[in-house]
Amino acid sequence: MLRDITIGQHFPGNSILHRCDPRLKLVGTIAYIVVLFVAANPVGIALSIALLALLYSVAKIPFKMILKSLKPIVPVIIFTAVLNLFFLTGETPLFQWWIFTIYPEGVRYAILMAVRVMALIAGTSLLTYTTSPIVLTDAIENLLRPLGKLHFPVHELAMMMTIALRFIPTLIDETEKIMNAQKARGAMLDTGSFVQRVKALVPILIPLFLSAFRRADELAMAMECRCYHGGEGRTRLKVLKFGREDVLCAAALTVLLGIIVCTRFLFA
Amino acid sequence: MKDTMIDVQDVKFRYDPEQPGYAVDGVSMQVRRGEFVAVLGANGCGKSTLAKHFNAILLPEKGTVLVEDMDTRTEDHLYDIRQKVGMVFQNPDNQIVATIVEEDVAFALENLGVPAPEIRERIDESMKLAGIYEQKDKAPHKLSGGQKQRVAIAGVIAMRPDCLVLDEATAMLDPRGRRQVMKTIRQLREAGISIVAITHYMEEAAQADRVLVMSRGRIVMEGTPEQVFSQTERLHSYHLDVPQAAELRDELVKAGIPMPQNVITPEACAEALYALLAQ
Repeated sequence: MLRDITIGQHFPGNSILHRCDPRLKLVGTIAYIVVLFVAANPVGIALSIALLALLYSVAKIPFKMILKSLKPIVPVIIFTAVLNLFFLTGETPLFQWWIFTIYPEGVRYAILMAVRVMALIAGTSLLTYTTSPIVLTDAIENLLRPLGKLHFPVHELAMMMTIALRFIPTLIDETEKIMNAQKARGAMLDTGSFVQRVKALVPILIPLFLSAFRRADELAMAMECRCYHGGEGRTRLKVLKFGREDVLCAAALTVLLGIIVCTRFLFA
Repeated sequence: MKDTMIDVQDVKFRYDPEQPGYAVDGVSMQVRRGEFVAVLGANGCGKSTLAKHFNAILLPEKGTVLVEDMDTRTEDHLYDIRQKVGMVFQNPDNQIVATIVEEDVAFALENLGVPAPEIRERIDESMKLAGIYEQKDKAPHKLSGGQKQRVAIAGVIAMRPDCLVLDEATAMLDPRGRRQVMKTIRQLREAGISIVAITHYMEEAAQADRVLVMSRGRIVMEGTPEQVFSQTERLHSYHLDVPQAAELRDELVKAGIPMPQNVITPEACAEALYALLAQ
């Protein structure tokens, strides 16, 4: 049951997208999201999707992975689409029944919005598919570094993210063990009313919390033994390098996103 | 170079200064360069507490701990001491920091500010020594217990310590994992690193150069494994077992079979029995 939760699903590979500097990918993803909202016309959205399809095929990520990433947000998309469908008013109604009136503008906007949200999710998924969480953490640390001058704890934040990522599988295993132990003692985790089921979680969470604190204590000691003393004077095994390939990718992405933005003015 | 790595002089330590009982109650001992020392003792006898004094995780209340002549209480030497005396703990899951094996092995060197190309060189060397080089790109949670513990060992020996302290490092492993870790330890000894192993497994202690037995915060027995493990009765009084081979020897002697002294390994036991059968 808990195994289904995948955080930061990484799809290893050796395409140019996989090799690309994670900082570029992170900034590129943010730029793509912005462009999706700036290019508010069907041509722009169509081009954005074409770009996404191109990137997915370059990265050799199977098409079904897109569907997998979209699956959890289908209810949200349907909900917003329905709202847009009914609440946007135009001049000539397309369809009228009881208190419901649908205008062509509503249909158009609902479809556009749904497609846009789907492209957004697929775009950000591409980032996590092609970038391992640890590399992504490095990129975030690197991009946030200027904030360190304002006494923002950049290194500490990155270290916390790394440790969190490291301990997710460990704690999931532990939760399963505790659940089995409680079931063996007659805990009813899957039956009863909602309130009963929530109450049944308490004897799982308390041991989990206690064990997490114990682990944290031991980990802190092990880190001390390995001379950890914060981010000061620390070097890294893998230094992020912005190579020629990255410059090329950045240029290509800028041009393509630029074209998409232009459609806003050409087809408005 | 000095022969004594770690010099512990009359150390006393208690976790709660308001309690009269000491966890470590007046211990003096030395670890020599290249030596393999095993520390035995029942639960709560203070052996882990003592081990934490070796690299300044705990500081003695009375007495001194010198690591290559550096007092663990001087703060200037803290990172020198921790780099010289590496420590591996019981639970491999709780000492791995990073999400990729090689990143974790590099952790200590990153902390010490070693330049990137040198980190690469040193972690490759230590991963090969610990026998986990093939796993370097894997996620730690995908490894077996023995492999994880060897990742932890590699992460420590990347600092090039002179001494490695293993605090019940094999206690949570299955027999196969324990064998793998023991093999790694033998390789480290050949590389000239001193080993202090705190353990419950008599078979591990039988491979040591010297065995210390602790009880109630004090060292109560000391000697070569042969000397210590031939005193079966006394070890039992400290709630400890002896290696199976020594136990068998004792039973055979009791049954009137003239087994020689100092039989503590299965090989030695087998040899003694062959000799007896040949007569």
